[in-house]
Amino acid sequence: MKIIDSTLKPQFASIFDVEAIRAEFPILKLQVEDKPLVYLDNAASSQMPQPVIDRLVRYQTSQHANINRGVHYLSETATAEYEDSRRKLQRFINAGEDREVIFTSGTTDSINLVMHGYGRKFIGAGDEIILTTLEHHSNIVPWQMLAEEKGAKIRVVPINDAGELLIDEYERLFNERTKFVGVLHVSNALGTINPIKQMITFAHARRVPVLIDGAQAAPHMRVDVQDLDCDFYTFSGHKMCGPTGIGILYGKAELLERMQPFKGGGDMIMSVTFEKTTYNSIPHKFEAGTPPIAAAIGLGAAVDYLSAIGMDAIAAYELELLNYATEQMSHMPGVRIIGTAPMKTAVVSFEVKGVHPHDIGTLLNQEGVAVRTGHHCVQPVMLRLKVPATTRASFAFYNTMAEVDTFIAGIRTVQKFFT
Amino acid sequence: MNSKSLYQEVILDHNKKPRNYGALDHASHHAVGHNPLCGDHLDIALNLEGEYIASIAFQGESCAICKASASMMTTVVKGKTRADAETLIKEFRDMATGTLNLDAEHHLGRLTVFAGVRDLPTRVKCAILPWHTLHAALNSVTTTSTEAEDDPMHAAIGDA
Repeated sequence: MKIIDSTLKPQFASIFDVEAIRAEFPILKLQVEDKPLVYLDNAASSQMPQPVIDRLVRYQTSQHANINRGVHYLSETATAEYEDSRRKLQRFINAGEDREVIFTSGTTDSINLVMHGYGRKFIGAGDEIILTTLEHHSNIVPWQMLAEEKGAKIRVVPINDAGELLIDEYERLFNERTKFVGVLHVSNALGTINPIKQMITFAHARRVPVLIDGAQAAPHMRVDVQDLDCDFYTFSGHKMCGPTGIGILYGKAELLERMQPFKGGGDMIMSVTFEKTTYNSIPHKFEAGTPPIAAAIGLGAAVDYLSAIGMDAIAAYELELLNYATEQMSHMPGVRIIGTAPMKTAVVSFEVKGVHPHDIGTLLNQEGVAVRTGHHCVQPVMLRLKVPATTRASFAFYNTMAEVDTFIAGIRTVQKFFT
Repeated sequence: MNSKSLYQEVILDHNKKPRNYGALDHASHHAVGHNPLCGDHLDIALNLEGEYIASIAFQGESCAICKASASMMTTVVKGKTRADAETLIKEFRDMATGTLNLDAEHHLGRLTVFAGVRDLPTRVKCAILPWHTLHAALNSVTTTSTEAEDDPMHAAIGDA
């Protein structure tokens, strides 16, 4: 029985009506310190529009039961909605088959799944794993754990001062022991968009699989995993207007089939006896226990919402926000933008001379502006660029040029106050 | 309490013109304190003559709250006994974490200007770090941090 969701009518064609979009995000009406909220911490987490909130409520109000196990109406309904959501995610990233899309609890969970399912089975002593200086801790620590367990080695692609990967150095790192590559699609701290298609092609010519951490890419641009030809692609729901607690691992079917399971339990099995247990086929082999059903359905609704606006339109608008902010900040003495790659998403990490990020963030909060300060879970990047911490503003398609003005004015206030 | 009240004149003044900033010619005690989450890094050196803190200085990179706290701390503990300093360390931590009754008797004096930090949980460790580092120096512990087993919110600060 197919349920048509009529609450998610596409409202925008090619015209980007940001005010109409903002009106759909209830949290954007909040006041902070008696000022309107200017939410510029989207790289950390994004806000949820009313249609997605409503979808979660509707699920709990009229569709919820456990999936995969019942023959009653609610169980069949919930199962249909959950699998329908999987197909929405498949279309969102243009995966070849829906069984290649696995629901996880987020990007970190997805990467750990690949480490256990692929890494522990196929990577051994003396093998090498290539990562990059830009990686988020979630795409470093699992591989360090694996390397320690197996006696494997991690090799790191360096960056230049602008925050771009040195591709020549990447290519030089390959040898006959190279068994895996892990690389961010987009840097969360610097906004750098990496040339991953080219990096994947190079790795594949040497028969090395590649995992792409797409947490900061999937919300901001169109992703086509078949075009990229990546072996694995990971991203998180809460960074793309969906709920927390849900994420995706895309993997090529033939790889996923060869992998060992990550978590053991119900649903990921075919049959269980104490003598022998056989595993289920994909994707269920990697979805043990009751999944975050509501969150998965909410993520499907978020995909519908974003797709109705169009990922290309979102990318184009956010680029305008980035250019506007960057242009103004580059004319402010004492302000230094960190991360100046030519291809970036709308992320601006910066320093204000003589003022610590903590103080910048606290004062901007005073103006209603939410930014993030610290090392952004990329301590290696901070170390390489010789900054202990930065202040980071990260924009989304529901931010406005006027909000950029408020942010810029806030930086001027910071400078006046402290220097 | 909002952050504007935290950054009062005296705190901004100590941030712009920190007192006792620099190195000591001779130091009998020394410790380095570090907040790995934000990069605050402080070096405290002092010279104990008998039970008295004859001289004290600090260096390092830190946010305004941390630097002002360190600056005011050095002006207040200079010339005091080690025991008096430990009392202040404990009282400052209790004030910053909101467990000190400011109406009851205490020795903090002008340091109460930092009282507002108790309403800004993410900045509490910034204010406490210099005091935590002083405590380490007085007890001949050369490095300390605000995290893990060194976390001042959880670690015992001895009898004062």
